[in-house]
Amino acid sequence: MATNVGLVTVQVRDLVRRYDDRAVLDGVDLDIAPGEFVALLGKSGSGKSTLLRALAGLDHDVDGSGELAVPSQVSVVFQDSRLLPWARVLDNVVLGIPEAVERGRQSLEEVGLAGREQAWPNELSGGEQQRVALARSLVREPELLLADEPFGALDALTRLKMHALLRKLCAAHQPAVLLVTHDVDEAIVLADRVIVLDAGRIVAAETITLPAPRSAADPGFAAVRSRLLDALGVSV
Amino acid sequence: MSATTLPGLRQRTTSAPVVRRRRLGPGKPIRFGAAIGPVLLLVIWSAGSATGWIDQRVLSAPWTVVTTAGDLIADGRLQSNLWTSAQRALIGLAFGIVLGVVLALISGLSRLGEAVLDGPIQIKRAIPSLALLPLLILWLGIGESMKIVTILLGVFVPIYIHTHNGLRTIDSRYVELAQTVGLSQWEFVRRVVLPGALPGFLLGLRFAVTGAWLSLVVVEQINSTSGIGYMMELARTYGQTDIIIVGLVVYGTLGLLSDAVVRLIQRRALSWRRTLAS
Repeated sequence: MATNVGLVTVQVRDLVRRYDDRAVLDGVDLDIAPGEFVALLGKSGSGKSTLLRALAGLDHDVDGSGELAVPSQVSVVFQDSRLLPWARVLDNVVLGIPEAVERGRQSLEEVGLAGREQAWPNELSGGEQQRVALARSLVREPELLLADEPFGALDALTRLKMHALLRKLCAAHQPAVLLVTHDVDEAIVLADRVIVLDAGRIVAAETITLPAPRSAADPGFAAVRSRLLDALGVSV
Repeated sequence: MSATTLPGLRQRTTSAPVVRRRRLGPGKPIRFGAAIGPVLLLVIWSAGSATGWIDQRVLSAPWTVVTTAGDLIADGRLQSNLWTSAQRALIGLAFGIVLGVVLALISGLSRLGEAVLDGPIQIKRAIPSLALLPLLILWLGIGESMKIVTILLGVFVPIYIHTHNGLRTIDSRYVELAQTVGLSQWEFVRRVVLPGALPGFLLGLRFAVTGAWLSLVVVEQINSTSGIGYMMELARTYGQTDIIIVGLVVYGTLGLLSDAVVRLIQRRALSWRRTLAS
């Protein structure tokens, strides 16, 4: 975190990304403070995954311009758990950092999977696999955690449990988080700030000040939600 | 089914009894079915030999083959020839595997490597390795090196093809993962590429092992002075069909055994996949 000590963890200025001359990101500005949890909402094709991939440094052959500053320790959680099926759970967690086996065990304990270190990923349920993926990203002690619809493939009950787990983990590790999601409620429950991307531009931003635990029954919750749905072009 | 169940079902109880449909599939498997064919052949062979229906000069009787095998083992000819053959096959196989894997890695991990290597290997694949024998004999003579190179050429192609295919079909999502966790090139090869290509490699290995024995048979019948193939070739000149059959049985056993070994390795090495199947 050499560049942005104390002020911002992520700084994006006038970011443009083009596929075949079509601007998927069309001048995005975004700052994320250390430890801040930002949720990024948007319709399919709004460019939210493109923005996340740009921050993750995964857009190698994509045409574009703009400034981008991210910390050196960035972890990514994908929609699929993306565990190597031929490596045991613990080996997946410490992939690339074999010296961190002890920390890897602690990480697995944190996500409630102590004792499953030697299991194969295929032996775990979808929710458990995603928890391993969370352990794998947190064992690297990231300053920035990028999550691309990490709970999108999970059933509703598992998703609620994962929300609680993610909140707990973020409180403990304090990374800045950018969570890409299409679930408005998920965004409001988890984030400090929700931004809405449409056609490659940020069209709305809401700072969420609702007290924890946040509940959809809260009138304030409903107000934020209807403003965000408006910004997404959904009228209810 | 009682008539007091659901109203919708009542009609069914009053209709005609269910007609048993004709079974179209092959039905239940027969116990020890795999053994029936070979045993039947053996019975015909024995009966034919005992009644004199099969000429001993055309095909020796099963018991002659067994006693001949006993004699060959007693005077040590079978063992020494078998050892020579096995050595050739194993050396050829070992070099072929290394060559195949190295070429597959170069061609699978770099576009330049693929551009340079893949074409020639595909061309080589189209030429049966045994068709190269005349050239190999001219270049290498009729000694051991020619034999081993011939086996190697038969072995490396399936290893290359299947390992390369395994490499190329590794899910690109894993490549992305490797980038995000910051794996070095070598760690990427070790943690992602090699294990990911292992199923393909092992499939190639099964073909390679079969191919190694095939090449062995051919090269051992060209001017050899040792090996199972030489033993059989010599028996041909004296019309000893019993020895020829002993040789065939040995080849068959070697083929089956080596395939079983590779499958065992497959099961062990791919135990992470077995959890899916079971």
